[in-house]
Amino acid sequence: MSSNKKYWKSVDDLNGSPFVETLRQNEFVEEIPTDEFLGDKETLEASQTTRRDFLKYVGFSTAAASLAACEGPVIKSIPYVVQPEQIIPGVADYYASTIADGFDFASVLVKTREGRPIKIENNKLAKAGYGANARVHASVLSMYDQNRAQGPTASGDAVSWSDIDAGVMSQLNSGKKTVLLTQTFASPSTEKLIAEFVEKYPNVSHVAYDSIGEQFALDAFEVKYGMRVLADYDFSKAEVIVSVGADFLGDWNGGGYDAGYAKGRVPVNGKMSRHIQFEANMSLSGANADMRIPVTPSQQKVILSALAGGSTANLPENVKNAVNTAKNELKAAGSKGVVVTGLQDVPSQTKALEINANSEVIDVAAPKMTRSGDVRKVNQLIKDMNAGRVGMLVMAGVNPSYTLPNATEFDAGLAKVAVSVACSMRADETASIATHIAPVPHYLEAWGDVQIKLGEVSITQPTIRPLFDTRQFQDSLLKWMGSDQSYYDYLKATMINAGISFNKAVHDGVVMTNAFAKAVSTNTNTSITEDAGLSNATLQEGGYELTLYTKTSMGDGNQASNPWLQEMPDPITRATWDNYITMSEADAKKEGLWLDRSSFFTEARHDANGGLNGTLVNITVNGVVVENVPVMVQPGQANGSIGLALGYGRTTSIQEEMQTGVNAYPLMQNFKTTQNVSIQKVAGVHEFAVIQLHNTLMGRGDILRETSLEIFNTKDKKYWNPIPEVTKNHIEYEVTSPEVDLWEEFDRSIGHHFNLAIDLNSCTGCGACVIACHAENNVPVVGKSEVRRSRDMHWLRIDRYYSSQDSFELDDTKKNDFNGLSGDNGSLGGFGEMEDPAANPQVAFQPVMCQHCNHAPCETVCPVAATSHSRQGQNHMAYNRCVGTRYCANNCPYKVRRFNWFLYNGNDEFDYHMNNDLGRMVINPDVTVRSRGVMEKCSMCIQMTQKTILDAKRDGRQIKDGEFATACSNACTSGALAFGDVNDTSSDIYHKSKDDRMYHLLESVGTKPNVFYQTKVRNTKEA
Amino acid sequence: MIQVNRRNSFSRIITLCAAFLLTFSSSLFAQIDASTGDADAGKALFKTNCAACHKLYKPMTGPALYGVVEKYEQDFEWLGKWIRNSQELIATGDPRAVKVYEENGKKVMNAFEGLSDADISNILAYTQTEVVAPLPPPPGEIGETVPGGVSNEIILAILGFVLLLLVAVLYIVNNTLKRFAQAQGIEVQEEETRKPLWKAFVENQFLVLVSVIFLLLGSAYFAYGWMSQVGVDQGYAPVQPIHYSHRIHAGENAIDCKYCHSSARVSKHSGIPSLNICMNCHKSIGEVAAETQAEGVNEYGVDYNKEIQKLYAAVGWDEATQAYTGETKPVEWIRIHNLPDFAYFNHSQHVSVAGVECQTCHGPVEEMEIMYQYSPLTMGWCINCHRETNVKVEGNAYYEKIHEQLSKKYGVENLTAAQMGGLECGKCHY
Repeated sequence: MSSNKKYWKSVDDLNGSPFVETLRQNEFVEEIPTDEFLGDKETLEASQTTRRDFLKYVGFSTAAASLAACEGPVIKSIPYVVQPEQIIPGVADYYASTIADGFDFASVLVKTREGRPIKIENNKLAKAGYGANARVHASVLSMYDQNRAQGPTASGDAVSWSDIDAGVMSQLNSGKKTVLLTQTFASPSTEKLIAEFVEKYPNVSHVAYDSIGEQFALDAFEVKYGMRVLADYDFSKAEVIVSVGADFLGDWNGGGYDAGYAKGRVPVNGKMSRHIQFEANMSLSGANADMRIPVTPSQQKVILSALAGGSTANLPENVKNAVNTAKNELKAAGSKGVVVTGLQDVPSQTKALEINANSEVIDVAAPKMTRSGDVRKVNQLIKDMNAGRVGMLVMAGVNPSYTLPNATEFDAGLAKVAVSVACSMRADETASIATHIAPVPHYLEAWGDVQIKLGEVSITQPTIRPLFDTRQFQDSLLKWMGSDQSYYDYLKATMINAGISFNKAVHDGVVMTNAFAKAVSTNTNTSITEDAGLSNATLQEGGYELTLYTKTSMGDGNQASNPWLQEMPDPITRATWDNYITMSEADAKKEGLWLDRSSFFTEARHDANGGLNGTLVNITVNGVVVENVPVMVQPGQANGSIGLALGYGRTTSIQEEMQTGVNAYPLMQNFKTTQNVSIQKVAGVHEFAVIQLHNTLMGRGDILRETSLEIFNTKDKKYWNPIPEVTKNHIEYEVTSPEVDLWEEFDRSIGHHFNLAIDLNSCTGCGACVIACHAENNVPVVGKSEVRRSRDMHWLRIDRYYSSQDSFELDDTKKNDFNGLSGDNGSLGGFGEMEDPAANPQVAFQPVMCQHCNHAPCETVCPVAATSHSRQGQNHMAYNRCVGTRYCANNCPYKVRRFNWFLYNGNDEFDYHMNNDLGRMVINPDVTVRSRGVMEKCSMCIQMTQKTILDAKRDGRQIKDGEFATACSNACTSGALAFGDVNDTSSDIYHKSKDDRMYHLLESVGTKPNVFYQTKVRNTKEA
Repeated sequence: MIQVNRRNSFSRIITLCAAFLLTFSSSLFAQIDASTGDADAGKALFKTNCAACHKLYKPMTGPALYGVVEKYEQDFEWLGKWIRNSQELIATGDPRAVKVYEENGKKVMNAFEGLSDADISNILAYTQTEVVAPLPPPPGEIGETVPGGVSNEIILAILGFVLLLLVAVLYIVNNTLKRFAQAQGIEVQEEETRKPLWKAFVENQFLVLVSVIFLLLGSAYFAYGWMSQVGVDQGYAPVQPIHYSHRIHAGENAIDCKYCHSSARVSKHSGIPSLNICMNCHKSIGEVAAETQAEGVNEYGVDYNKEIQKLYAAVGWDEATQAYTGETKPVEWIRIHNLPDFAYFNHSQHVSVAGVECQTCHGPVEEMEIMYQYSPLTMGWCINCHRETNVKVEGNAYYEKIHEQLSKKYGVENLTAAQMGGLECGKCHY
């Protein structure tokens, strides 16, 4: 049976908080703040202006304003003097390129308008590099950042490039030890160039450093296979996936596994992959798992060795059972099973590699090259620097003063280095204390090649001339080698020498070649097996096991000044603009960190407007203290463990609004993301900006439908995905039947009729679509305090629902057994009876945007007909007609309409990208930038569908299936979002609409949406 | 064998004779000589053959040709050789030819082997045409119009004066008659004093009510009319940084609109042509014809040649060296047709797909000396056209199915843009 479960969006929803009740009653969570300007009696009385005067002023100024408005402004148009051949004003050009910022690696297509990159799309020709995540989609905005370094500087003063070069060259020729500390480039040309550089200057050595590295996985792979790279995994081949602390749908192993994973998650012929997750934090992977067992990192270690054949002793009974289940299932799956782990020690990583040795899923022949850093070398470098043995340090693509756990040591060492050159995009934490800044361009302004996976080289090409006086690191290297060659020529020569057709490679953005295959060495490094003292280091024993993680939005913090990413809700907690400790409810109560809803006002869990509050703690590890970290209660967090996101707490070269959260890197002692920590409560209350609390389910739990694979395979659709029925004249009708419809049906069988399909099975909740939607539709960023007031503007939100019972059978039984409200078997106590539902909930993600109802409730209540329906199925919103009554938002059952409470562009109150000339360059010229006081919402990317139609008209041809797309469907690599014309019976979307799993949100309301969902099927078995 | 030989020698003699005759005749009857040439015929030849690279009085791709005969000391034979094939002449090492070649930047002049001696004579004769002073403004034209305007006013003033006089005379006559009547004792009957009209009106409440309603309705009507023209810039014709005459380009020279506004075919913007498009022609058109120049000065008060110089300054073209200096200064045109941000309009949809003539919306551009906004560009105007215009479906495979189904549904032969969905809000507002 589907959706008989109790769904809840937060702990308070589950517990029936009065605030949630208030929210349920109020359509808009906040009153219009008339008191702010009328309530202050004193000011009003003290004013010299009488009411009559006031009216006079208003009258005159209105008259003056309207008179002034009669005079139209003079608008200038300045054409090119010589128009470039490829550029036609008004027509977008696409260029293939590749991002490789040291943390994110992906092949992309860059959409440019009049020479400005405005959007990132996926490059479908790429294989390993396919699948841009939210950060990659947002990276285009990071280029238009006014806080970037705009020219070379020395000790803070602007200098010329020749000054920088002279300084560097004199150091290079002095024979003093010079170190190149760089990110992982994974670039054949750059690696070759660095090798040549080191050859020319023997006093130079190269150290690669990853901000959040895969030290232990790299070590284990190097020991076993002789190459310092990462194993690759193809989860589409997996039948059983067991993850022990690996968030492989997040950034584990460099990320990028969504597409493959999602392929195996759609039931085909009654089969889908089975995913068992053992983890401490509630991660994206855990949220998608069929079976999730919350365990602390130390338990994970035992679990992994148990999977490898060790004992399960010392594990709780339920975990023991789960491990045995996982073991049996892995055995049954044979070569189609895989074990992945994020455990922070070499032996565990080695064990995982050994378990997978016969697996089809793992690929060790063509590994991933996106991480290569070795912290032993970094630690050695810091020692050398402090000992005064380093004459010059050249840094590229790294920000060690921010990302190193031992940053203070590094900073002290840096002060002893005579010349330090930061080749970085901004005067960040490191660059600002380096002697020289040699600014580098953004990847959209630079050349490059990247071998993300062995055998697949992606090309980076510039899509705009450098905005500032910047020079690529590679160009600098060439210059310092005394070469006149540009890096472009160098790159081209490398490619051509490797027998690659350069022009084709640049055009496609990717080329399959074995020219840069690395020689496999068999000699194993024994020092590695000992972990170089990293895993054996004794850490302070403390109360909690901390797992440091990265958010899908912020990653390693490289793009912290990107407002899109700051405002992107975390897929699990739905919090924006923050990082925080995630803690289980039981632990929070134990530590006195639980804010009760009945507490004193200032310490209430919620503000009157529904904003969530949290307590504050200090975290201590190894004597390092991170202060005032807010605590958020996270259902599913393993007891005895806490989580904290890296990448926040940036302070340098970043505007005040973006200086959010706390810096968790100092806690990453010995470069391990799991730590034993102790926490101390401190006074104060932290205000979160969490989105999921904004609206309530209103008891309409069937908005989300899910079933188990067993039921899906054995029962009829009517059982697990029924269409609600109503009675008319004592006859039951399905609500979709015209017999019970209030409205006359409009004939939509002619022309295009767009539908959007959302497969809840494929959706991993990664949020790439959210950012893509932002970029395509000029959605404004409103800031933390506005988000807290429920004024977020996301056209597309990914709702996250928790549900309490592990099995559907139990759910049914329990519900059926309820007898009356109270009493032994009463429903009131029923949920309370459940053993702490928040301890390990199931999670479901549901992307919700405007449903484009054919019988739209919003359209009928608009007094000015600003929102209307089209034959093509899109619900139109004419901004210029809207007067802002917000009736439509009131009447929308899906709560997808967004009101512009303020002017978010050109307004000094909001210092985000739409408020400076540079940031505005990212705006899509085909979509209106909305003004204050109008309602807006998803348009189903009508600008894109209209363009597709127009292109076909101009060519005089029919439109093929697959041509229609929206920003979200383009961004979705897991195939969860599909868009098309249902009137085309050969189309994919047509077949999806006829699928058994298809359902509409709140079918019983009778809105007939043009967005439909595919019921989530969980691969659960009864043990 | 002998026979064959003899026949060969005979044919050779014939050929030689013919060659001799030809050479003789040509050299005998048609020596090149500018003084024998016909300058008028030469002008035509010059225009077809030489004008692409040469001007008479100004250097262009090639040097100015005025006085070329004197320059080369009437060495017509050399000139002829040069004109027919300058490269061949240079190849022979002729010092003068090499010098000329090098002086002019080693630009290769086309060979004109087809020109007869007479042709060349005519052309050379034309090159001796003296500079014609720019036509002075046709005398009297300005002088005539000014007094014309004055005389009209004077006549009107006189007429007014006469009428006033008449009124005064009548008044006086009336008074005089009255006095006569009084003097003669005739009682002039005074009319009975009636209630003044305004008083009657004020007392009639119904009438007051009705007229107030009419007044209000009337003012509302006019207020509405006035307000709906706010922001409508029909007829907007700003002064542009370069006086560009669509009349000359699109009208007189019949240049296709889309030659310059090429992106109208494929883009939402019609595109203001970049200056390199202008230079496609204006590289060789440095000044306008004398008549055009005169017309510009007299009728529009504009010096076209100066405007062309503005173009050269903007694009960085040095006329003297016939080369780009690289110093450019983009032209800041003033935009005439401004649609608000919330209205989406796509030129290619209308121009390429619907085949709408540019003039349908932009008016008789080919007659506009100064470009102005012809249409109101209001939503009502758009909608109206969409209601009245049939969709052009012929030969467009995209429309095949939808047109067939829709026209059947609506029971019409041809679908209007509105029936096709062209009135939906979201088609233009997103």
